[in-house]
Amino acid sequence: MRSLTYYKIKKVAVNAVIHIFLLAVAASCVFPLAWMVSSSLKTQETVFKDTSLVPRELHFENYIIAWQEGGFGRYFFNSIIYTVSVVIGIIIVASLAAYAFSRLRFPGRNALFLMFMAAMMIPIPGSFVALYVLLNKLHLRNTAIGYILCMISVGLSTSIFLLKTFFDKLPRELEDAARMDGASKFGIWWHVAMPLARPVLAVVVIFNALNVWNEYVLAMILFDSKNLMPLQRALMVFQGEFLTNYPLLMAGLTITALPIILVYLFMQKYIVKGVTAGAISG
Amino acid sequence: MKLKSTLENYVFILPAALIFVVFYLVPFIWIFQLGLYEWDGILPTKVFVGLGNFKEIFFEDKIWWGSMRNAGYITLIALTLQNTLAFMLAWACDRQMRLKNFYRVLFFIPPVLSEVVVGLVWQWILDGNYGLLNGWLTSLGFPNLVRSWLSDPNTALTTVAIVHCWKGFGWGFLIFLAGLQTIPRELYEAARMDGANAWSSFKNITLPLMMPVAVLVAILTILGTMQGFVMIIAMTDGGPAYHTQVPVLRILASMRGSSRFGYACAQGITFGVVLMVISFIQYKFSQKFKQA
Repeated sequence: MRSLTYYKIKKVAVNAVIHIFLLAVAASCVFPLAWMVSSSLKTQETVFKDTSLVPRELHFENYIIAWQEGGFGRYFFNSIIYTVSVVIGIIIVASLAAYAFSRLRFPGRNALFLMFMAAMMIPIPGSFVALYVLLNKLHLRNTAIGYILCMISVGLSTSIFLLKTFFDKLPRELEDAARMDGASKFGIWWHVAMPLARPVLAVVVIFNALNVWNEYVLAMILFDSKNLMPLQRALMVFQGEFLTNYPLLMAGLTITALPIILVYLFMQKYIVKGVTAGAISG
Repeated sequence: MKLKSTLENYVFILPAALIFVVFYLVPFIWIFQLGLYEWDGILPTKVFVGLGNFKEIFFEDKIWWGSMRNAGYITLIALTLQNTLAFMLAWACDRQMRLKNFYRVLFFIPPVLSEVVVGLVWQWILDGNYGLLNGWLTSLGFPNLVRSWLSDPNTALTTVAIVHCWKGFGWGFLIFLAGLQTIPRELYEAARMDGANAWSSFKNITLPLMMPVAVLVAILTILGTMQGFVMIIAMTDGGPAYHTQVPVLRILASMRGSSRFGYACAQGITFGVVLMVISFIQYKFSQKFKQA
């Protein structure tokens, strides 16, 4: 019979090993970002030699240069515009459709819903080729509105699915009461169903916002004009033009990544919810 | 009255249906149509070539199949290394109630970052001349390991695959953790009462109950990794000499590089079919597990 202390020590040792493992992986997740910020505060002369994580002199002016001369202020603004427009568009369009699929009756309802779901499942790796052709024909290529409409379409199916699943579980009593009071269908959708759907709307907003902010492919294919480009596209252009200006590039990367990290830290509850909800339903 | 009500209902789905038809359905159909043509994307004249594009893909385009093999290699590493890591972390976090949230928040940082940001940061760290990794290797006394990780043909693809794992393991981790948390604690209690040790309750309770979750994570990993390419654009742009080319990069190259829109669509269809077949096999596989 081994003593109780043996088991205690063994347990502590096992826990310590597990924690060291977890901490090491956690550090690897954060370190590249710390290195990015660190490099963004060095100068073109020191960035190649100084391997310290906290540089002796902090050159915050890199951010001002990147923002003004690098044009990242402009690209940041573009990214904000695209993200906000697409998210608002998806919220309205998807919630209207999801509400109809959940509550209203009309011929072709199931067929239409199946179509949206099929679009969610079928991978079409070359779709950007056809989108390029389409937007060219519509004279919407290299325009903000063309990009926004494409991105709404990208996020639509999943958002409809999430919202419809939520509406299906919602009790109908409140809506019935509103109908008795003479509210219109749109009134019920906007004043009754939408406020109740706040938790799932938060998930839809977060995921679509991340998706648009991080989008690269369509931005690369659709935009020629620099003044229309969002951050992700602009970063690649910047990298191509100023091949080794690492401090400015890293400042641009930090400007791009920081909003996402902040939003993530504040809203991570909803992100976890969305990942698991999406995974279990998928 | 009835008709008016039905029309009103259609108004609800009209915006979604309109966007869906114009920006999804029409392009979707066009891909299949364009795949049969030789077209530079600008001139109004398209030349009908039937299945000529597909014939070329299947019998002549060695780079295409090489890119398919590269994506397969990255996916294989993701399926093994990334998902094993994700599962081990989830399992450790599920046991370790303290600090669980702290780890969870940090592990999901790489997945929320954009592929461009991740690609460019790692490209800087892995840079052959001034990269931090080589700096560390030198100062730790392994100067013979120093190399241009992303431009050396021997290491480029594996390096790219490992960065993919770094970016992707958080997804699997979250899904595995959610799955582990649905396993009732009483099962473990009961097993312990019956004298089962940690290993046998892991083998007989955790593993079988997690099988459906593992299949799901595997499908998501395959679909996600096979189609990934933005990080590769940021790190190597497919080089050195096609060593890190992946299918979507080839589609882009056909479209923008050689201005062959029809061929690009044919490549897209071929790749889409491959992905569908893979997910179908996986799905069948998971059905079998459910019956067993």
